[in-house]
Amino acid sequence: MSPVLEVSDLTVSFGGVPAVRGVSYSVRPGEVLGIVGESGSGKSVASAAIMGLLPPGARVTGSVRLHGRELIGASQRQLAAFRGKSISMVFQDPLSALTPVYRVGDQIAEAVRAHQRVSKENAMVKAVELLDLVGIPRPSERALAFPHEFSGGMRQRVVIAMAIANDPDVIICDEPTTALDVTIQAQVLEVLKRAQAKTGAAIIMITHDLGVVAGFADRVLVMYAGRAVEVGAVDDIYYRMRMPYTAGLLGSIPRVDRGRQPLVPIEGHPPSPAALPPGCPFAPRCPMRVEACDDREPPLFEVGAGHGAACIRWEEVRPDGLARQAAAGDTSRLRVRGERTVLAVRGLVKDYPLLRGAVFKRRVGTVHAVAGVSFDIRQGETLGLVGESGSGKTTTLTQILELVPPQRGRVVVLGHDTARLSRGERTEIRRDMQVVFQDPLASLDPRMTVHDILAEPLRTHGRPAGRRIRELLALVGLESSHAARYPQDFSGGQRQRIGIARALALEPRLLVLDEPVSALDVSIQAGVINLLDSLKDRLGLSYLFVAHDLAVVRHIADRVAVMYLGRIAEIGQVEAVYDAPAHPYTQALLSAIPLPDPVRERSRERILLEGDLPSPANPPSGCRFRTRCPKFRAELTDEERSLCVTVEPEVRPLNGATDQGAACHYAEKRGVV
Amino acid sequence: MTLSDEELAEELTDGTAYRAPSRLRVVTGRFFRSTQGRIGFAVLALMFLLAFAGPLVNRWSYTDKDLTAFMRPPSADHWFGTLQTGSDVFAVTLRGMQKSLIVGLLAALVSTALAAVVGAFAGYFRGWTERSLTWLTDLLLVLPAFLILAIISPLFGSGQWVVFVIMLALFLWMVTSKIVRGMAISVKEREFVQAARYMGVPPVRIIFRHVIPNLSSLLIVDATLNVSAAILTETSLSYFGFGIQPPDVSFGTLIADGSRTAVYAPWTFWFVAGLLVVTVLAVNLMGDALRDAFDPSAKRSR
Ligand code: SF4
Ligand code: SF4
Repeated sequence: MSPVLEVSDLTVSFGGVPAVRGVSYSVRPGEVLGIVGESGSGKSVASAAIMGLLPPGARVTGSVRLHGRELIGASQRQLAAFRGKSISMVFQDPLSALTPVYRVGDQIAEAVRAHQRVSKENAMVKAVELLDLVGIPRPSERALAFPHEFSGGMRQRVVIAMAIANDPDVIICDEPTTALDVTIQAQVLEVLKRAQAKTGAAIIMITHDLGVVAGFADRVLVMYAGRAVEVGAVDDIYYRMRMPYTAGLLGSIPRVDRGRQPLVPIEGHPPSPAALPPGCPFAPRCPMRVEACDDREPPLFEVGAGHGAACIRWEEVRPDGLARQAAAGDTSRLRVRGERTVLAVRGLVKDYPLLRGAVFKRRVGTVHAVAGVSFDIRQGETLGLVGESGSGKTTTLTQILELVPPQRGRVVVLGHDTARLSRGERTEIRRDMQVVFQDPLASLDPRMTVHDILAEPLRTHGRPAGRRIRELLALVGLESSHAARYPQDFSGGQRQRIGIARALALEPRLLVLDEPVSALDVSIQAGVINLLDSLKDRLGLSYLFVAHDLAVVRHIADRVAVMYLGRIAEIGQVEAVYDAPAHPYTQALLSAIPLPDPVRERSRERILLEGDLPSPANPPSGCRFRTRCPKFRAELTDEERSLCVTVEPEVRPLNGATDQGAACHYAEKRGVV
Repeated sequence: MTLSDEELAEELTDGTAYRAPSRLRVVTGRFFRSTQGRIGFAVLALMFLLAFAGPLVNRWSYTDKDLTAFMRPPSADHWFGTLQTGSDVFAVTLRGMQKSLIVGLLAALVSTALAAVVGAFAGYFRGWTERSLTWLTDLLLVLPAFLILAIISPLFGSGQWVVFVIMLALFLWMVTSKIVRGMAISVKEREFVQAARYMGVPPVRIIFRHVIPNLSSLLIVDATLNVSAAILTETSLSYFGFGIQPPDVSFGTLIADGSRTAVYAPWTFWFVAGLLVVTVLAVNLMGDALRDAFDPSAKRSR
């Protein structure tokens, strides 16, 4: 079959700084091409160039052919005729793709009528059909709703409906699921597959997530520093990679299906496009680098059928993933929990008033953000608190950090009940419990030098700064000369190291980590995870690790608590919970996470959850998960169901498990990853 | 990494003397490394030198009247010419400059500091503090200036310039303070303020260490603008029989008088005006440099 879209030697530069440097690929009808790269690799710019959506300052050269017709240099009118008809696009942020003031049905009908001659009524009928196809419940009714009345996942479905409205030949998806929760991501990917089956379009899937493309793409193109560094069939890329960068990337991703073992981070950080190394752009970070690498940039060598890699030593590159898999055998050691409890939360409840009205706020309801959560952390232990957005994990965290008496329940931090804290005790806790925030740039005062940032906790608690600051910088792998700089002079990973150094300044006993690696690129993330892991052992810390990424938690936590709608669904030892989750929600959550392993990904059964999270202002009666519970829907008898509807399940230890409990009346272990 | 950074790094690593690269030191360093900052500072220093050392080399003092020369253009005897009264323009200008430099700079600083503190406290603490501070600000905004003057002026004798500076500052700070309050509210929500709170830093220290420095761009621009505003407002205050009174002079009074004779005796106006412009320019240059020095994202070497 001849390709629908052929890109050859595409380059894009902004004011002389190259963002994309000679990328070539082609897609055939019905094929899914995954374009993978970290931030700054040029992957999104390259696709925007195809759509002609770059800002005016961009210089584009090379050729992009759609059905043999050149798009680069085509007039805006010609492009507009293609856009939305032959090529359509799905963006990361669905809100930006929808006009807020029009009903979604009208917007889809509009998209249909822009390229097809149909009457308004017919277009509307088509719009409703499309909404139905992408799985919007009650489509004819929802077609009359405005974009803001949809949840993020539903909005993305609307955007997909719009993208396939004119049976396009190519759909470009730019990080379509990055902003979504995993269970929603699984739904949306499913919709994309359905949409593709319906239209037979080729899909270009741009993502940073090697898991998403593994089960979805036929071929994968890996980008680094504006270039394609490896391209090939999906199995070749994942199992027979010939480029050290690809191997490094795969080695550095935490995986839900692998237990605790050190990740292999890629040293350093991606080069800035304005100052590329002379030879191979990956050379400064490459473990296999030899002198010849600096001579010139390696071209894409043909290393197999349809498989290219830009590395002069490609013959020697071995996938190290296999070796690591073998070593993963002895991970399920039984850990004995420590004696001393550093943090205990008992029946914590937090409500927020739901206010309406612009001038006179009146209370129209109550958001039950946290509704009875209990867990504890022992000395030297890491508890991973996971949940999707709206699960209440952040509220739980702030309740602990604020050190105010909880609305209901008890919070005991380092032996002190927060309901009865004297001033001195509060200061003491503030010294012994420290926080690392999600976004290092936001949590470091941009107007302070690193020295002042690190000195702040020390000064506050009356300790001398000077020498300690150099110690801290060394501890997190930074140089003492970095002290004179500002946070923004650092890369994301380094900033997070500064954040960690600040948290360690006072030698705390408990560290609260709020999504500490989710803002980082995978290759950087691994380094920070390893750092946290080794610090814990060296300094005898206990961690409360809040995250939405279950894979990361598996790598770092000893125990895990899964939250759903303000309550804990399942809690227990990491291996137990991940290997044999008992709560239907945990099972769905784990099965929704894509593995960077194409073969397993293709054979896996997904437990797909239906719909969105119910509003925490109006949670379902009985078990909060019952509206989406696959077990409730498919397996239980009516009698059994009535228990779920009427009685809210408490977390109960599972039979025969040392440390695992689930809040489900019909909990049953089941392996899903 | 810019050159200056490398220098700093070298100083740090050579080990002999570990100078803590605190904000104060880094900002000062960056300020004096920028051309703007150096020029602005040098010009302003020159102005001060002129204002206070100038009278020593002039044979006329500002109270002297040369009864042989009324309204004369500049000459070897009277470098800037003379006024209608026979006063030496050079002497009078320098005298005015002494007053105006001190009054202008101080009033600007005081008013900006007041705006920053009141605004930041109102924005950070919200609730009761906010309500009373906002009320005070609004009150001063709506009350006509002369009314306050009428109330306050009997309380002290005129001629005390410190009181005068405070009075001037009191008229300038309100609007800025309202802006600062709004910005402080948003800074308070930023994560680094949370971080400081969770670290146990007391609120007042958070305001001075995190909130106000993060509004420094606004505050510095405000202070620079206030310098000229203060110098000119001082004129209008003089009309109320307040502030600089004859025979004493200031830039404000000189410009007001000079503008009347500027057409046929340009020297009575243009020297003062020129010096005012140079002063304001120097202050602006310094302000720009200071703002860049505070702002870590500004370009380093220019
Ligand atoms: S060319 Fe050299 S530096 Fe580049 S990836 Fe290959 S071995 Fe590494
Ligand atoms: S209690 Fe019932 S509804 Fe809730 S998770 Fe268990 S089976 Fe599902």
